[in-house]
Amino acid sequence: MEKTIKQWLSRMKQQLGNKVRSMEQNGAQETVMLVEKTELPDVCYFLWHEKKGRLFTMVGNDERDIHGFFALYYVFSFDSFRHFITVKTLIDPLDPTFPSVSVQLPAANWYEREVKDLLGLRPQGHPDPRPLILHGDWPEDLHPLRKDFPLDRHAPRVQSRESFMPYDSEDVTEIPVGPIHAGIIEPGHFRFGAVGDTILHLDARLFFTHRGLEKANEGMPLEKALFLAERICGVCALSHSTAFAQAAERLGGVTIPPRAAYLRTLFLELERLYNHIGDVGNICAGFGFAVGVSQGARLKETLQQLNERVAGHRYLRGIIRLGGIRIDITEREKEDIVRTLSYVKKEFQELVDLLFSHDIAMNRMATTGVLSLEHANQLEVVGVAARASGRSVDIRRDQPYAAYDQVSFHVPVYEVGDVLSRVRIRVDEVLESIAIIEQLMHSLPSGDTFTPLPPLPPYRSAMGWCESPRGETVHWLMVGPDQTVYRYRVRSATYSNWPAVPLAVKGNIVPDFPLINKSFELCYACCDR
Amino acid sequence: MKSGKEQTADLRWTLQKRMKEVLGRSLHIRHVDSGSCNGCDFEMNTLTNPIYDIQRFGVDFVASPRHADMLMVTGGVTRHLEEALIKTYNAASEPKMVVAIGACACGGGMFGRTYANYGGVDQIVPVYVYVPGCPPRPEAIIEGILLALDRYEELSRNKGENKR
Ligand code: SF4
Repeated sequence: MEKTIKQWLSRMKQQLGNKVRSMEQNGAQETVMLVEKTELPDVCYFLWHEKKGRLFTMVGNDERDIHGFFALYYVFSFDSFRHFITVKTLIDPLDPTFPSVSVQLPAANWYEREVKDLLGLRPQGHPDPRPLILHGDWPEDLHPLRKDFPLDRHAPRVQSRESFMPYDSEDVTEIPVGPIHAGIIEPGHFRFGAVGDTILHLDARLFFTHRGLEKANEGMPLEKALFLAERICGVCALSHSTAFAQAAERLGGVTIPPRAAYLRTLFLELERLYNHIGDVGNICAGFGFAVGVSQGARLKETLQQLNERVAGHRYLRGIIRLGGIRIDITEREKEDIVRTLSYVKKEFQELVDLLFSHDIAMNRMATTGVLSLEHANQLEVVGVAARASGRSVDIRRDQPYAAYDQVSFHVPVYEVGDVLSRVRIRVDEVLESIAIIEQLMHSLPSGDTFTPLPPLPPYRSAMGWCESPRGETVHWLMVGPDQTVYRYRVRSATYSNWPAVPLAVKGNIVPDFPLINKSFELCYACCDR
Repeated sequence: MKSGKEQTADLRWTLQKRMKEVLGRSLHIRHVDSGSCNGCDFEMNTLTNPIYDIQRFGVDFVASPRHADMLMVTGGVTRHLEEALIKTYNAASEPKMVVAIGACACGGGMFGRTYANYGGVDQIVPVYVYVPGCPPRPEAIIEGILLALDRYEELSRNKGENKR
């Protein structure tokens, strides 16, 4: 395998010729290609289109203190090689522009708007000039992720630059919704352009819950930064803390002990379970099927109470430690898990049978909110939404972490891409998760649960990733010389998936929007940071 | 000693009793996410699941602030949600009982004060009761409602005395 990767890389270098200035390894799994900024679009397009790399994340960094430049990192994942290629370019502060990649590679759209807002690096030729992370009343010339911008500086509000899709025709009705919605849900502002009942176009203003988390994390000691990382999101808390810990461990070249890896896998699957089951129940709220809502919520509560008994926290917070895990489980707790899961499995099956045999429910879910495979691929959609549209990505299988290479599991894929497919994926994955946990219970190795971390090398980057219940999540980490966070970038599943929602709702009726939205189950806190 | 289940049940009966005493009837709550991680929001949602089911005791989460006696705010108020929070507060009917749910809402939590976050609900609107926790357990949220009712009772009694 080693040899094939080397050959594959050197062939790639030949094909790219002098477009690549240098190529170096960054850890065992990542190769960094340094390019001139003018070559960015060509090289990225080559890796994505020709070589079929997935755009994994993109990070902008203010490295002026280190070598005088800003840096951009476009990371591509090559799942079949279990390898990442990062295209890196340096940007001169005197000319903070770069040629946009987004026209050819639509999935880069948000990332490039983000570095424009937060770092003041302007993508030239980008199709959408509107602000993204910072709303329109933020001064255009202030960029909070620059190192010389103080964390707690409050900028004055300026005349808003927000704009939405304008409609010429009188037949189009604009329906504004949010940011505060009717239920207990997260904030976002939606503008529907509707003809009669049918959605012509959906424009969304998001990032209302942007808290400045990445900046707040800068300068924090790693142990503390871990706690902030797990507060990115309430219900993917463990996925985030695990991804952060993995990034730090990869920087330190540390392999966690097998028992810790197994326990992490166990709790990560418990996290998936309570989410997926809650989501299957919650989808029923999209068509007023109260029995389903109640059953889902009841089983979710059962699982969260199990979390509390075994891990001490209903949302599995506080259990990850850099280099391993903070808690261990006893025989009695193992029995508790097995007993509770066998009960939940039986009850969940009943809920599923009820749901899938209900004509109205099926009618509402089937053919609603279709996301095509082509769109899913173009936008690099991940998680449940990807697998429901025939795109087989699951980072647990593709770039295994924790103990996922020690268990066997099936990654369900459906082709249709409608609400029903997304629900079916969750249902199948619930059963897979339970099967994974059964395997872990039988083969849990004994031994330590933690390896201490050595001092981490400054100004080098590493990534940690996790298949959260909502999909693949990536944390990119660079540590400074004083062992605190220098730059931290979180790309959650929702960040990748939100841009697909407007495509999936097009042509559907407005009352189906909540149902479609629920089936994607996006999390704004993860996305906005 | 009573089991956890029994204690939760007691808490809910107390809630119903106190609502009758203080408000005369039911309690309507409007939720505002002012920039939470959604953990607190999910725990509020938990109150409506069949295990806690506080709707059975006359508490309801309503769609409009105009129907609400109480605002439950989660999150430490982001710059982008400041306006929404103020508008919701202004639209809510008296007595505008604001209950700050969770460490973030109480004082910024792990996020603190940043360029995008004010670091606490009371930086923007007056707060009646603070419910700490990250997130607070469902029981703690019920406890928070009870405290708010006490506070309301006390304030209205004082008001009454002043009038006399
Ligand atoms: S208090 Fe904790 S759970 Fe609540 S919003 Fe803040 S970080 Fe999330």
